[in-house]
Amino acid sequence: MITTKDKIQAVEQFAEKVVEVEGRSLWQDARRRFFSNHAAVTSLVVLAIITAIALLGPLFSQWNYDDIDWEALSDISVLGRPNIENGHYFGTDTLGRDIFVRTMQGGQISLLVGIMGSAVAIIIGTLYGATSGYIGGRVDSVMMRFLEILNSFPFMFFVIILMTLFGRHIFLIFVAIGAISWLDMARIVRGQTLSLKNKEYIEAAYACGVSTPKIILRHIVPNVLGIVVVYATLLVPNMILLESFISFLGLGVQEPMTSWGALISEGAQNMEIAIWQLAWPLGFLVVTLFCFNFLGDGLRDALDPKDR
Amino acid sequence: MLTFISKRILEAIPTLLILITVSFFLMHSAPGSPFSSERSLPPEVLANINAKYHLDEPVINQYFYYLGGLLQGDLGPSFRYKDFTINELIGQSFPVSAEIGIWSFLVALLIGVGCGVVAALRQNSWLDYSVMGFANLGIVLPNFVLAPLCILFFSIYNHWLPPGGWNGGAWPYLVMPVIAMSTSYIAQIARITRGSMIETMHSNFIRTARAKGLPKYRIIFQHALRPAMLPVISYLGPAFVGIVTGSVIVDVYFGTGGIGQHFINGALNRDYSMVMGVTILVGTLTILFNAIVDILYAVIDPKIRY
Amino acid sequence: MNLSNTKKLLEVNRLRVNFRTPDGFVTAVNDLNFTLAQGETLGIVGESGSGKSQTAFALMGLLAGNGVIEGEARFNEQNILTLNEKAMNRIRSKEIAMIFQDPMTSLNPYMKVGKQLMEVLILHKGMSKAEAFEASVKMLDAVKMPEARKRMNMYPHEFSGGMRQRVMIAMALLCQPKLLIADEPTTALDVTVQAQILTLLNELKDDFNTSIIMITHDLGVVAGLCDKVLVMYAGQTMEYGTAEDVFYRPTHPYTQGLLKAIPRLDADDEQLSTIPGNPPNLLQMPSGCPFQARCEFARERCGESIPPLEEYAPDQLRACHKSVDGWVA
Repeated sequence: MITTKDKIQAVEQFAEKVVEVEGRSLWQDARRRFFSNHAAVTSLVVLAIITAIALLGPLFSQWNYDDIDWEALSDISVLGRPNIENGHYFGTDTLGRDIFVRTMQGGQISLLVGIMGSAVAIIIGTLYGATSGYIGGRVDSVMMRFLEILNSFPFMFFVIILMTLFGRHIFLIFVAIGAISWLDMARIVRGQTLSLKNKEYIEAAYACGVSTPKIILRHIVPNVLGIVVVYATLLVPNMILLESFISFLGLGVQEPMTSWGALISEGAQNMEIAIWQLAWPLGFLVVTLFCFNFLGDGLRDALDPKDR
Repeated sequence: MLTFISKRILEAIPTLLILITVSFFLMHSAPGSPFSSERSLPPEVLANINAKYHLDEPVINQYFYYLGGLLQGDLGPSFRYKDFTINELIGQSFPVSAEIGIWSFLVALLIGVGCGVVAALRQNSWLDYSVMGFANLGIVLPNFVLAPLCILFFSIYNHWLPPGGWNGGAWPYLVMPVIAMSTSYIAQIARITRGSMIETMHSNFIRTARAKGLPKYRIIFQHALRPAMLPVISYLGPAFVGIVTGSVIVDVYFGTGGIGQHFINGALNRDYSMVMGVTILVGTLTILFNAIVDILYAVIDPKIRY
Repeated sequence: MNLSNTKKLLEVNRLRVNFRTPDGFVTAVNDLNFTLAQGETLGIVGESGSGKSQTAFALMGLLAGNGVIEGEARFNEQNILTLNEKAMNRIRSKEIAMIFQDPMTSLNPYMKVGKQLMEVLILHKGMSKAEAFEASVKMLDAVKMPEARKRMNMYPHEFSGGMRQRVMIAMALLCQPKLLIADEPTTALDVTVQAQILTLLNELKDDFNTSIIMITHDLGVVAGLCDKVLVMYAGQTMEYGTAEDVFYRPTHPYTQGLLKAIPRLDADDEQLSTIPGNPPNLLQMPSGCPFQARCEFARERCGESIPPLEEYAPDQLRACHKSVDGWVA
């Protein structure tokens, strides 16, 4: 699983790689701007903490995510309350399962889906967009027409059909969610590629006899990547939301595994008697989404220093 | 303009056909059939039913039966509610979804644009920060979270509003669905409006307008608002799709009886014709809406002419 | 100082424009003084970043939000720098109008040209729509716009750059303002169009008896149009005098350098003369004369104190430690 820390490292490595092409100051500037944005840095730290708890938290609990506490089961609204003594830090659900461990386990799934779904969207979108933009001409117009057709499909409905008909495999969730989210990415990357194609340094490289694949790899890809990273960060919360939506409808991950959306769905049914069942997963979901949004905004402002 | 509109309609036909074909074969390639869950049926009855709905024939034949019905505007019988046709069921439930959808859309647009403009004009003031703080919160509070929170607050703690039902669309039954549905769109639209408004207010032609001595309200309403709306308009397409999908949540929570409910039940019960009917309806609306957005764009931006 | 004998229209005293930036205060315009009489034309010349455009924006009240103004600018005996937005709006376009550098983006692309012209008249002159339409057509005719009536219903993107600048000029002259500020009106245009626009401005100046502040980096523009010239460098005045004196008897090394840098057909110079180096960073201004680093005559004294702006001959001012005849001591 890719953790947020790995992601930061990846971004840093990528930044260093591009430095060779772009010259130092641009990326140093971006980094300085990013680290002077308190909301973004705070969000990064909070996300790292949430990821760490989601991964390590279950080790510090005596309960497993599918263990049932038969004692608490007798009266959930009293014995199922959050309680340090019996080890249910966040309380239990209606089946007597520990909410803390389940929230952590749900967090793993939600984050995984968010990151993997974004990865699928980015890979398809970048390849599609760059190909369409760089080749241009008739190929471009056909590929864009296809995109337009897909754009008028009610994809959420397709995902629901898929999930109901073919079962709830987690792999299917990535594919389904990633597949509906690559359209925008493709359009963005195509636009970038188009504008890059006419830049002087690309023309200069072409005039100097640099081969096409090398132009794409050395000049176009590094410049498109900046925007891809930014959109990827903004895509992750959308993925998490989509997964939650599907899970909420009861079509997400298979019981006894869970995700934040599924937990919220269960919690909402019992909110009158056991508000903690809703509050904890909801809190984690909201904070995570909040942080990803701030992080994405911060990255965008750092890489695209337009006054907003 | 007329040629553009007719061109868009002609383009919509193959798109719709692809949509129908893909969803039809996708659904029929899945394991299970509409009546496999009703275990008590004797085999000969099942065979009768299957014959009645052409389920015993090859899928390709079923496909052409369906297309033929569709051409006459017939979405077929429901496999689940055996006494109803899909046309009747959608005819009952669509007005409900449409009413909630239109209200949510209007609320999202008006409040969103208003908040965005105010925040942009008072950039970096406490007003800006609080509007944008609310917007960020709205974005991370999805409708399926807001819906239970609304019920908790308005119905369970305060008994101000009925927790669900429709009652012919009386306003107390509308409030919570509209809140749950529109909040995240208010937030998105406010963010987009603010960003584009700030950019527009920094542009050269606004400087010209100021140099003309125009009062501020005229600069905003006559000069800045139109170009600042362009990014908002291109967001309306996705927003519309989101609001349609959101109806699923609203129906589940508030029991309003819109098309979302039918879709979920249809998918869970293998009610092929119901799922197809809703998918076609939503697909058509999406195509229609994208066309409307394009036309609006052309109306606002004189550089685009069809 | 008595550069003008007629009634003063505009009198700028110790104008300073500062900008708050994350790296501290930046002074874009530093103690600027000049006067302008009715019907007179002043050219403000300098490289980009010398503060000439910011002077114009300060006079129009169009500075960016982080700009701070000091000093005064008396227009018809009234200090326009301290007016509130509402009072300023009564002066803008009606008394002082402005033409901008980039005609491609200075017109609203989403509004018909006619409407953009008419709204000025409706606002300032209280005209009806029909009256405003006729008056606007007349003004477009005056700026030699062909088919003016038809063009009222067109959008800016249907105009060429030169035609758009004509629209901007027509818009600026609609209320027959006493002062017209032209901020590099020809920079973004083709050379042939530049000449047309300049000729047009020259004719209109006489027709309407308008005073003009012509802001440019192109001394050729100044030569044909201006009565007086003010040469700016890094926000400070280097030389100020009648156009004739500044052109034919330049005394400041910077002005001399600028004049030498104009390509000429009549001289057979092998190489185009340039002023070496770049203007100083406004955040880290050197002590002493701002031009010292690029000045071929710079001496120790130039790094120690800023040369004061002094009148060395009637109506001619300069800020340089070197005397007019060269270094004496």
